[in-house]
Amino acid sequence: MDVRLSPEQVALRHAATQVVDRLGVHGVAALDDHERAAKLDAAVAATGWRELRTATDDGTPWASAVEVALVAEELGRSLADASFLGATLAAELRRRSGAPTAGGSETVVLRADLAELATDEGGHVPAGALALDAVNAETGLLLVGGAAGWVIGTVGLQPPAGTAAAGGVDLTRSVAAVGGARTVTAVDGQTRPLGGDDLAAWHSLGLAVTSADLVGVMRGALTLTTEYARQRRQYGSAIGSFQAVQHLLADAFVAMEGARSIALHAAWAVDALPASDALAAASAAKAYCDRAARAVCETAIQVHGGIGNTWECLAHVFLRRALLSGDVLGGIGPNLARVLESRGIGGDRGLR
Amino acid sequence: MDFADSPEEREFRLRLRSWLGQNNPGLPPSSTADEYWAGQAAWHQTLYAAGFFGLSWPTEVGGHGLPSVYEVILDEELTAAGTPPRPSVGYLVQGLLRHGNEDIRRRFLPGLVSGRERWCQGFSEPDAGSDLAALRTRAERDGEEYVITGHKVWTSYSDAADWCLVLARTDPDVPTHKGISAFIVPMGQAAIEQRPLQMINGVRREFGEVLFDGARVDAANMVGEPGEGWRLAMTVVSHEREPGELGYVARYGKLVNELAHVVADDPSRFGPEATRDLAWALVETEMLRCHVSRRLSDRLNGVSHGPEGSVDKLLMTAAEQAVGHAALSVGGAVHADGDETWLRVYLYSRAQSVMGGTSQIQRNLIAGRILELPTS
Repeated sequence: MDVRLSPEQVALRHAATQVVDRLGVHGVAALDDHERAAKLDAAVAATGWRELRTATDDGTPWASAVEVALVAEELGRSLADASFLGATLAAELRRRSGAPTAGGSETVVLRADLAELATDEGGHVPAGALALDAVNAETGLLLVGGAAGWVIGTVGLQPPAGTAAAGGVDLTRSVAAVGGARTVTAVDGQTRPLGGDDLAAWHSLGLAVTSADLVGVMRGALTLTTEYARQRRQYGSAIGSFQAVQHLLADAFVAMEGARSIALHAAWAVDALPASDALAAASAAKAYCDRAARAVCETAIQVHGGIGNTWECLAHVFLRRALLSGDVLGGIGPNLARVLESRGIGGDRGLR
Repeated sequence: MDFADSPEEREFRLRLRSWLGQNNPGLPPSSTADEYWAGQAAWHQTLYAAGFFGLSWPTEVGGHGLPSVYEVILDEELTAAGTPPRPSVGYLVQGLLRHGNEDIRRRFLPGLVSGRERWCQGFSEPDAGSDLAALRTRAERDGEEYVITGHKVWTSYSDAADWCLVLARTDPDVPTHKGISAFIVPMGQAAIEQRPLQMINGVRREFGEVLFDGARVDAANMVGEPGEGWRLAMTVVSHEREPGELGYVARYGKLVNELAHVVADDPSRFGPEATRDLAWALVETEMLRCHVSRRLSDRLNGVSHGPEGSVDKLLMTAAEQAVGHAALSVGGAVHADGDETWLRVYLYSRAQSVMGGTSQIQRNLIAGRILELPTS
């Protein structure tokens, strides 16, 4: 056992840091800077990070889920408004189906509660289904049931579905209603149906990546807030000198460190453990990270005080991103239920 | 980046697993019964004699000189086998390794590591808890000896100890933390009175107070230089904050596994509250295991502990207290047959946010030394 990052992984993280420090969202005004967003999107495209889970010649991915998580954490930390999660999850579905890499930009379509991949209903997208990272995505993948098991189907996402923009929660990543009428067609060139282990492994990748995003969000929110606590003065002193404020920030830091450790393990487990074990590891990580991120972002707003409750403060942008990452592929409830299932305690148990 | 075993680690793990299969002493959970404390010394010695204790400590003191991640393997296998955790003496070992001279290390570490000699730690006093530097126990030079007078309290294992690592004031004329020295005091003398303190969970064998009324200690038993006691104390308590040093991962793992079995046997007996508490206990325990792996891997770089020990202590506390809450909601506080096992686990968990430095002190340290927030 040696869970230190390899030199290549350190280099990848460093490269991601450089891109997002230059082109990420470092103030609320930056959200409306379309030129910056386009540059970030181009930079992410140029790095090939969205293709890390596409298949090599022998069907294995180009990079492990640890590399994906390292990139996701940096994107979360900098509130990067470029698609990554949807493209990564779509690439993983294609890889597991033996389908060729997508020709254009692709994402995944999730159930209305975001907790599972959507499944077709009679050849159509089910009502309420939502596409992740919907801006600019040309197609979305979902599951299609068949006699031989699950296969993947694709649905065109352009033009976007009118005004049904469901995903206003996260100001950095769009979630769009895909609508009931769209037709699903089977993806060309699939060589095998998806079994239970494929879907569990795919789900564990999604949980590991969203957990990493949440770790990044926590880091970003804490950096912002700690800096503010050093600057902001009341009663003639920096508020960061008051023990009541210090303890809020210390608790937030501790939650972030615990999240980091369990999320790292989940990312490693995706490719290293049997699918059921990987899913148990990822579920524990996601439940922990979802709870921690909520607490850390709420602390960010609290320490910013009145300013933290205004739109212009970046604190709520972190919280909003955490809310979406928390819900994607399930937050606390479904993942605690899966943790119990892994210990032989099945059923809903009132947790979902 | 790999959480999996290397071939050497795998070989070690299998050898350990096979040995544990034959050598589980079958003691009750450590936090619930005097029976555990009565059997702990034998467990320590058995584990040591089989070559499974002190894995990451230097060979010259009886350790095995292995990379620190072997301690994680030990914890995982102890958990899986449901044995007691490894004995918590790592913080004392680290203190003596770092501050003791050659003579001290040679005379005392082998007995400490092997479990042949039992130790306690005389730091806290009635008026010096979190404010440890306010301690008033005195040590006065008398020829080749020091004479110790004072009152120590909340002393774990004082009833069974052969030796006590005592902090005492040797120079009352310098600022508080500069006048403290550390001594290894033999417990078996008439001038030392040991009184057990019953803990809130009813256990009488773990906790005590120790009164020194002119107890004598050889000057050669001073650890470090005169006035070095404070620095030694900081070394000891910072290691006392590290779950990698304490092996509590195995203790929590054993408890939470037992709770999971209780629920799995008949889930219909438990409502959402209890199952949710159990799920969080499983998650917190898993987090701590991953966290210890990460921390002990960092040590492969030669990174020694620093203020992040306070982070580890708070994460360890969160895990223990999550297990405590699950014990209460799954096990229940009241049983017709008077079984208080799970109630005791819960009550004992409250100590974790106090011992080895309160959670409030840890937050102060994190705010100042990691987040570098200004002082008021």
